[in-house]
Amino acid sequence: MFVLIGSSFVLAIGFLIAFIWMVKNGQIDDDYTPSVRMLFDDGTVKKQDEEKI
Amino acid sequence: MIETLNKNTKTTCYHCGDFCAEETLVLNDKTFCCNGCKNVFMLLSENNLTSYYSIEKNPGKSLKQSIGNKYAYLDDTNIQSKLISYIDHKVARLQFQIPNIHCSSCIYLLENLYKINNAVVGVRVNFLKKTANIVYDVNKISLRQLVELLASIGYEPSFTMNDINQEKPKNINRKLLFQIGVAGFCFGNIMMISFPEYFGLDNTTRHYLSSAFGYINLALSIPVFFYSGQDYLISAYKGLRKKLITIDVPLALGLVVLFVRNFYEILTHTGLGYCDTLAGLVFFLLIGKWFQQKTFDSLSFERDYKSYFPISVIKINADNQTTTVAIDKLKIGDRILIRNNEIIPADSILLKGKANIDFSFVSGEKEPIAKELGEIIFAGGKQTSGNIELEVKKLTEQSYLTQLWNNDIFAKDNASKVETFQTKVSKYFTIALLAIAISSAIYWAVYDSSKIIGAFTAVLIIACPCALALSSPFALGNAMRNLGRKKFYLKSANVVENIANMDTIVFDKTGTITQSNESQIEFIGNPLTQLQKELIFSVTQNSIHPLSKQIAQHLNISSAIILNSFDEITGKGIKANVGGNDVEVGSAKFLNILENESNALNTRIYIKINGENVGCFVIKHAYRTGLKQVINQLATQFKLHLLSGDNEQEKTFLQTVFPTSSELLFKQNPADKLMYINTLQGNQQKVIMVGDGLNDAGALKTANVGISLSEDTSSFSPSSDVIMDAANFELLPKYLQYCKNTMKVIYVSFCLSLLYNIIGLSYAVSGTLSPVIAAILMPISSVTVIGFTSISTYLLARKMR
Repeated sequence: MFVLIGSSFVLAIGFLIAFIWMVKNGQIDDDYTPSVRMLFDDGTVKKQDEEKI
Repeated sequence: MIETLNKNTKTTCYHCGDFCAEETLVLNDKTFCCNGCKNVFMLLSENNLTSYYSIEKNPGKSLKQSIGNKYAYLDDTNIQSKLISYIDHKVARLQFQIPNIHCSSCIYLLENLYKINNAVVGVRVNFLKKTANIVYDVNKISLRQLVELLASIGYEPSFTMNDINQEKPKNINRKLLFQIGVAGFCFGNIMMISFPEYFGLDNTTRHYLSSAFGYINLALSIPVFFYSGQDYLISAYKGLRKKLITIDVPLALGLVVLFVRNFYEILTHTGLGYCDTLAGLVFFLLIGKWFQQKTFDSLSFERDYKSYFPISVIKINADNQTTTVAIDKLKIGDRILIRNNEIIPADSILLKGKANIDFSFVSGEKEPIAKELGEIIFAGGKQTSGNIELEVKKLTEQSYLTQLWNNDIFAKDNASKVETFQTKVSKYFTIALLAIAISSAIYWAVYDSSKIIGAFTAVLIIACPCALALSSPFALGNAMRNLGRKKFYLKSANVVENIANMDTIVFDKTGTITQSNESQIEFIGNPLTQLQKELIFSVTQNSIHPLSKQIAQHLNISSAIILNSFDEITGKGIKANVGGNDVEVGSAKFLNILENESNALNTRIYIKINGENVGCFVIKHAYRTGLKQVINQLATQFKLHLLSGDNEQEKTFLQTVFPTSSELLFKQNPADKLMYINTLQGNQQKVIMVGDGLNDAGALKTANVGISLSEDTSSFSPSSDVIMDAANFELLPKYLQYCKNTMKVIYVSFCLSLLYNIIGLSYAVSGTLSPVIAAILMPISSVTVIGFTSISTYLLARKMR
């Protein structure tokens, strides 16, 4: 019983540390740009564009 | 209608989306309005970056102005060192403020800058702050070249004196996030551990588990109380020392009582404690605080004259060579060169060239002023006719314009101008709370002395105004974001409440209720012959009436015919005889012409030559669209005033727009405006100032709420509480109404939270408050209040359209 409680705490503290680490690294300073950035394609789309031109 | 149809058939620029007015350049079936736009397109297509155009339509910015050697000052190592945040022998890193970042295409292009120039190592764009973090190879490209590269593709970084002279404060408030993280973590775990207790444990496990759970809970509540909740305790203490009862006082009281009672109950094994209530309370409060704190990062509300002036100017040395110097390095007696459309950085004397200075932003006068050689030109004006040479007479920070900032009003930090609803309520709330707690303690002292402490602390716990403390942050925070979506940007959420309390609005004229571009004159009728033009010119030129002057200026003829007779009837028109021709100029009424349409925002001046109606000049006032409706709507709720730095020529027209009770004052200098607001406030009026230029800076700052109008929200606007997109001027009454409605939402949610408090109190005073009830009631009341305020502010915002 106490082992279970203990391990659940370890897990939860792990997440807390992960959260603090994330904030410190500035991951949530900008919550908009990354959502746009991941939509940019590299390479393939541009070749099609070139043919059009 | 005809006009809009024409516009649709016009070709637009593939790059910037502007109409190709002067010339149309064609390349690869795509049209461009100027060479600049075409060059950017060519550059991008050479480097396989044409996705730029497929992400958003016409994402570019018109590049009609050439760069020249505007950025020569960036070669100065002194300036460089202030801009660059990290440098070694290989690379340098710095952050640019780029106002033109406005769409996804911008992010795409800037982050792929390395494809255009391999000296760029990497770019990271922060869209919300409109900044780009650039790392570049110092051996391949200089800072100046980098900036010129950015400018050449339409992303000109903006540098102001502020960037150079001030260390940028690191305003990222991460502490609050940590506090939320810790509180959330403890809240979740305490809840998990408390559940078995609430649902009942069997007797065999109860013995050792319940005390173990109690200790764990207690341990978890310590960081919540001392770390996450510390701001409330500290601010309540500070408030009490200043004899102020803020909302934090009952909150802190509740927290302390909860914490102490938890310790007592758990250590003495007399109860379960209210650890979950404590953690949940702090967690919800912090979320509300975080919600209220989110602001518009890309806008700056605290600008002074330093961000208006450029950071460098071209200096002419004794040997007639030019160098670029930073403005704060200018000395009295220096000769400087000001080119067309540049701002004069310091009070100086005109040495050479034709000076035509536009002071509209500084003084509110809309016509450019011509200056003679040897005359003093005040800093802040914009040269509009070619290059001029000046000799500096006073330094920038001592010039006429910047003296305004020496006024006390700029030194004061007037954060709490008005007592908020929340603080007003908390006073009574705290007193009532203590009264109930004490009277229930007295009651139990008489009937059952074992329940005294229990009932007393239970009252303080359950009445802890969590829901009340949440209603304002959520309603105001939501309102701020909704207004921001409608391009009405508030400095902080509290401004919503300030606006709702105002009763007077003072307008500036030039640039605020008028558009910055000048009024236009148009002739309606058959095209005038040269002779007719000369006749009209000769007559109007002789009149001192401003409208006549405008017509004369519009006709722009060099030769005038001598008048035989000239009779001007003030306020009506002119009758004259020019070389045997009878010329009449004036209103339709004066000339007995039947007007078929009338438009209040236009002035029509009719012309009769030899008794024959030849047509009329239409002078379009450059007033903002919907001005009259805006004024009419506002007049029902506010007292209106107008302060103009301009002369009285439009007074008669403005009198028809503003209600008769409003005060219209002209020729007001910046200090006059500030004083006027002060006088109004002296009469217990709560004033909103709506202005745009530096000349309103003092008034905007003094007023209870300063709203600064801006054609382009990323460009300069004087320090104010609100920055508003000038294109949405028509919506001003709706914005103000929305703020008032938001306050009503707060009142209602306040009643809701009181209702929960009364339910909780009925348990508390009877001494039967169990931890389960507290644990259920507290989150439910918070969630209802949050839900209610969020939904109702959203619905109100939808109505705003």
